[in-house]
Amino acid sequence: MPGPARIGRGLLTDGDRPVGFRFDGRELTALAGDTLASALLANGRRLVGRSFKYHRPRGVVTAGPGEPCALVDVIGSAGREPNQLATTLVLREGLVAESQNRWPSLSVDALAINDLLSRFLPAGFYYKTFMSPGWAWERLYEPLIRRAAGLGRLVAPAVEHPAPAETVHDHADVLVVGAGVAGLAAAHRLGACGLKVLLADQDVTLGAGALLEARAIAWREQMAAALARLPTVRWLPSTTVLGAYGHGVFGALETLSPEAEARFGGLRERLRVIRAKRVILATGAPERLIAFPGNDVPGVMLAGAALGYLRRYGVAVGTRPALFVNNDEAYEALFALHGAGVRPAGVIDPRPQSLAMERARSLGVEVHAGAVVASVAGRRAVRGVSVANVGGGHRATLRADCLLMSGGHTPSTALAAQLGAPLKWQEAIAAFTADLAPAVGSVAGAARGVFGLAAAARDGDAAARAIATDLGRAVNSAIAIDLPADPAATPLAELWEVSAPGKAFVDLQNDVTTADVRLAYREGYEHLDHMKRYTTHGMATDQGRTGGLTGAAVLAKARGVPVSRVGALKPRPFAQPVPFAALAGGEVGEHFKPKRRLPLHDWHEAAGATFVRAGLWLRPLVYSGSSGWEPVLAEARAVRSAVGITDVSTLGKIDVQGPDAAKFLDFVYANTFSTLAVGRARYGLMLREDGLVFDDGTTARLAPEHFLVTTTTVNSVAVLEHLEFHLQTVCRELDVLVTDVGDHWAQFAVAGPRSREVLERVVTGVPLSNEAFPFMAAGAATIAGVAGRLFRISFSGELAYEVAVPARHALEVWSALIAAGKPLGIRPYGLDALNTLRIEKGHVTGAELNGNTTADDLGMGRMLKASGDHIGRSLARRAGLLAPDRLQLVGVRPVDATRRLRNGTQLVAASARSTSLGYVTSSTPSAELPGWVGLALVAGGRARIGERLLGVSPVHAETTDIEVVSPHHADAGNTRVRA
Amino acid sequence: MLRIPCPHCGERDETEFRYRGDAGKARPAGDADIAAFATYVYERDNPLGWHVEWWMHVAGCRKLLKLVRHTLSHEIHAVLAPDAEPPFPPREQGR
Amino acid sequence: MVIVGGGGHGLATAYYLATRHGITDVAVVEKGAIGLGNVGRNTTFIRSNYFHPDNIRFYEFSLQLWENLERSLNFNAMVSQRGTLNLFHTEAQRDLFARRANQMRLLGVDAEALGRDAVKALVPLIDLDNGRYPVLGGFLQPRGGTVRHDAVAWGYARGASEAGVDIIEDCEVTGITRSGARVTGVETTRGSIGAETVCLAVAGHSSRLASMAGVTLPIETHVLQAFVTEAVKPVLDVVLTYGPSHFYVSQSDKGGLVYGGALDGYNTYGQRGTLPMAEELAACAVTLMPGLARLKVLRQWGGVMDMTMDGSPLITQTPVDGLILNGGWCYGGFKAIPAGGVTTAHLIAHGSSHPLAAHLGLGRFAAGRTVDERGVGPFPWTH
Repeated sequence: MPGPARIGRGLLTDGDRPVGFRFDGRELTALAGDTLASALLANGRRLVGRSFKYHRPRGVVTAGPGEPCALVDVIGSAGREPNQLATTLVLREGLVAESQNRWPSLSVDALAINDLLSRFLPAGFYYKTFMSPGWAWERLYEPLIRRAAGLGRLVAPAVEHPAPAETVHDHADVLVVGAGVAGLAAAHRLGACGLKVLLADQDVTLGAGALLEARAIAWREQMAAALARLPTVRWLPSTTVLGAYGHGVFGALETLSPEAEARFGGLRERLRVIRAKRVILATGAPERLIAFPGNDVPGVMLAGAALGYLRRYGVAVGTRPALFVNNDEAYEALFALHGAGVRPAGVIDPRPQSLAMERARSLGVEVHAGAVVASVAGRRAVRGVSVANVGGGHRATLRADCLLMSGGHTPSTALAAQLGAPLKWQEAIAAFTADLAPAVGSVAGAARGVFGLAAAARDGDAAARAIATDLGRAVNSAIAIDLPADPAATPLAELWEVSAPGKAFVDLQNDVTTADVRLAYREGYEHLDHMKRYTTHGMATDQGRTGGLTGAAVLAKARGVPVSRVGALKPRPFAQPVPFAALAGGEVGEHFKPKRRLPLHDWHEAAGATFVRAGLWLRPLVYSGSSGWEPVLAEARAVRSAVGITDVSTLGKIDVQGPDAAKFLDFVYANTFSTLAVGRARYGLMLREDGLVFDDGTTARLAPEHFLVTTTTVNSVAVLEHLEFHLQTVCRELDVLVTDVGDHWAQFAVAGPRSREVLERVVTGVPLSNEAFPFMAAGAATIAGVAGRLFRISFSGELAYEVAVPARHALEVWSALIAAGKPLGIRPYGLDALNTLRIEKGHVTGAELNGNTTADDLGMGRMLKASGDHIGRSLARRAGLLAPDRLQLVGVRPVDATRRLRNGTQLVAASARSTSLGYVTSSTPSAELPGWVGLALVAGGRARIGERLLGVSPVHAETTDIEVVSPHHADAGNTRVRA
Repeated sequence: MLRIPCPHCGERDETEFRYRGDAGKARPAGDADIAAFATYVYERDNPLGWHVEWWMHVAGCRKLLKLVRHTLSHEIHAVLAPDAEPPFPPREQGR
Repeated sequence: MVIVGGGGHGLATAYYLATRHGITDVAVVEKGAIGLGNVGRNTTFIRSNYFHPDNIRFYEFSLQLWENLERSLNFNAMVSQRGTLNLFHTEAQRDLFARRANQMRLLGVDAEALGRDAVKALVPLIDLDNGRYPVLGGFLQPRGGTVRHDAVAWGYARGASEAGVDIIEDCEVTGITRSGARVTGVETTRGSIGAETVCLAVAGHSSRLASMAGVTLPIETHVLQAFVTEAVKPVLDVVLTYGPSHFYVSQSDKGGLVYGGALDGYNTYGQRGTLPMAEELAACAVTLMPGLARLKVLRQWGGVMDMTMDGSPLITQTPVDGLILNGGWCYGGFKAIPAGGVTTAHLIAHGSSHPLAAHLGLGRFAAGRTVDERGVGPFPWTH
């Protein structure tokens, strides 16, 4: 049997499969099925870590997920993972773990001097100390405190993504949380009724509580077999329900076993999003500590944990255990160890007498009734305990190498509380419980304060019967598999702390002592939440699972009120710390957001395009790999001098049809569309109801009752929603249908003085002369043999057309246009050139349509219709939106044509350099004019055309003389588009 | 997380829907004054209690739904067509 | 006078009324215990990087008050000016940040542009290239940082109390009494209190309280979530914001990463977190800093915000004489506590707005003078 403390067969360990691992550089051997904690205990290792604040030696306290002390760093190929719970970490061959928060080594820790200084480091010490001199907090104390921060160290490669996690969605009639006896009985009953059940439990095995008691083992095996035969019951082992989110939604974390991890390509966890009609919370009642001096010495642990190590792993946590408990249930650990041949040092119990005490005496164990532990001898391991009478006064000293404690059991109410259940104090168990509303589910077993295996199982069954009935299933009342009756037990006596000299901890991970709690009270922090925040009680990774209520009880005593008055801390998700990777799932890195590719993405790529990420889209920025302006300007000049072609398929396209289509557009646009002739297009401006500009675009009338609305790329989703919203509310009586056709149509702009020549070579069915198809004409056309649409609209300011064809024909039409344009010098242009051209022309985009501009600010005030209601009409007339000093769209140019412009540059008057008059929104080197041109929003800007301002960009240490000009840098007379 | 029973698609996660705000306010007539529109656009009862509100099932049927939902418990009392009257005056139940 | 709400703004207002204006006949009434609302639930960032010049001045005033807070309160609020770094991932984002930074610099506020290498040097955990949206650079406000949130409430409470203010806990306001257009006091679960001035400082619940006086506000209540991880040795020395989504994070002195995201997007008074937000923010964290993948998240929680129709706060008189509102903080309330306290105290003491808060009145909506930093309009859940 590997490990000197392994005294028998464990129910989870495989005695034939030794597993080698390394802890703090020492090679050790344990068994398959061990946790790191049981493996260390089997090897006689007691000291496994140092505490957060005082760097006190700490050992294993629990055998499960509530562990406050046995946290280690695990070193693997992906780096160093801090704060792994040794008590749940399943051992695997070659595991390398290190203790935390110690330097230079676990047994010689330099910072342990903090423990000797502890009179000066009480709770809340940050707030009152570290104050003088004034500069010292930031420069001296804070850096020191930060160095002492945290427990583990996070060391991981900065760029390499680890194996992705997985998110799974589950649906069930009933989620049963906890596969203890209550949960098993409930799941069995529900499954027998044909209901779909998910049975989630954090443990690797089901019925872990039954596993611990010999009389229940047969029941557990029968139950496990019966559940396996029920097709609608699914057991999720190693799955912790992290939080309850309402409406039947729960988050759960499944940790894969070493075998499953290997099978799924290194997958460590699955996040399970569970949706269930009802829930049964059979989450049990973890044991709690007692606050007595020395309750943190390695070797002091919960009694139930010692029982767990013995039954599950065959490990005796000591050779001479003492027991300090206030309840009969906890004696099981003593009886089991005794039965395994371990000689207990004695029992200390504050109660005058009890049934379990009598049984211990009958086994020949020394029992100190009416007694408490006043101190623990030993620093790195328990050497003995000092026993005092309850009323004070030394009674005895026991030689012991471990001390098993139990202050009772605290029902897990976290999930119930998250579902809004009020907490009720139960005097009999000195703890809070909660009940759920029937429409949500129920709480069963120990979680409801029903202790004893048989009683809990029956409680689980009863809860399941009620839910099955509620969900319309026929239910009989016979219990198929019953447990032997629970032995009689004497009730517990409340015991939270022992008043004796020395540090008695209520929060072992955050090093919060009973004295800290009392200090908080004296300082005025008497609300439980204030005490928690002041002392950090219950805020560590274990969320106060072993000592949370104990701390509240100490506070209650200081206040002189019952614990029930102090209340309990609000339990927030997550029930167990969750790695970022598990929450993030697969949508990380390149997959963080979906990618939208243009129908011609591959063509653009083959043509050497550099792509820009524009929202979800990947758009060609420039057809060149080099980053300078030259290739951009070459593309733009091709448009100005000959012809270019660009892919504008990302524009939003919304089909609007119906008898009332024109009326609807008149309402949603600030300008009029009912007067638009069929076969014509018009630039439209949409306002928000608050009167500010929402979006713009060109809308064409394809038939009397058929319009095609285009939107900006960035607002395509919002505009569609805006139209749909108004059609279903304010415009409900209108007979109109809107359809998103954005993805159906590929659209290309062919722009430049020779664009007509290109189109004439590929378009049939439409005469393209200026008279026949003038500026703003629109209609059906056949392009390269493909039925599509043609619009004579221009964003560049040149003679231009936009061609729309069904997306599946994008490549053939684009290729035909390129081929037709080749003799004319056509070249594709990207978003950068498009931007250069529209800035030169003075057309606005998102930089100007920034949600704070009015139509008038943009120089389009005259477009607003004079009469008739439209969205934004009324509020656009507010005084503040008509003020003459509003920021208005203008053009800007550097006075010195060799200087550049920069977006975000602030514009000021030379006489008042700290008062912003506006800022540059867009700028580009010009393809047409010498130097740079830009657009800007300037206070009272239109009246300033011709003035000089200073462009200041302090973050670039730049100041530039700027001339305010018309926004229409190129072709101000707008003649080219009509050519 | 809310689970919203869409009358057209079935019960779905809140992430499929987009919230569109208070459904208890009617747009004033087009010739109403600025004050009336300012009240419509800006002021909200914002009750702690039952709230009648718009949700659009953007990742489903794209229909607009009128929900009666409690702003503290998040209980959904009713899911209605846009022109339906809520089954009780929510103001009396809220606050 | 009565201040309703024992949070950061209520306590700060009381403190400055007493210390700056000599008004000590003040009762702060709090329905529970002080400091457990938003002041105790937020991600504790302080900064003054805003677009609107009036907002920059207001928040810069607050930042300067933070810088001297510990001396004036004699209480260590652990003000830590470690810097606030906003990453950008597109040129449009860069331009917006440049405009903001330049506006700040015009007003004498610190702001710097950082290139990719400087970003990487400041936060080695960042993966500049591997994500869906590579990091193009960042803008840093070196004087931004964090403050220990609990200490703020406690420090102001102690200071106000020492100056003669009464702080009454477990005292819930159930009604606001009026005589005609004037406020006359409050009804509480512990009796009625007469007052000539009632100041509401209950962000999250402003609508509810104002409605007791018959006032309807341009506010919706929305939840903002926050998260904290297990504590580890220092890995992040600045307050960091991520551009492609709402995600902001810093590391506390104790070692936990504190982070948050966007609003849930619908009216709620439920102070709770949701699973989709937990997933979304973790995806942000891992995409930006893959090295965090194995770090574990401990807790999530929520705080309820007054979201105004333009995303800017309200420090204002109301249609009811004597009823003052400090609210509408959206999610910028924490950093504004000192300035909010000073300017609200000024409004109460003088009956007119403090010059730095004159743009934060209720009248701005009907007047068309909204202060909309994001330009998203009257959709509070999008601010």
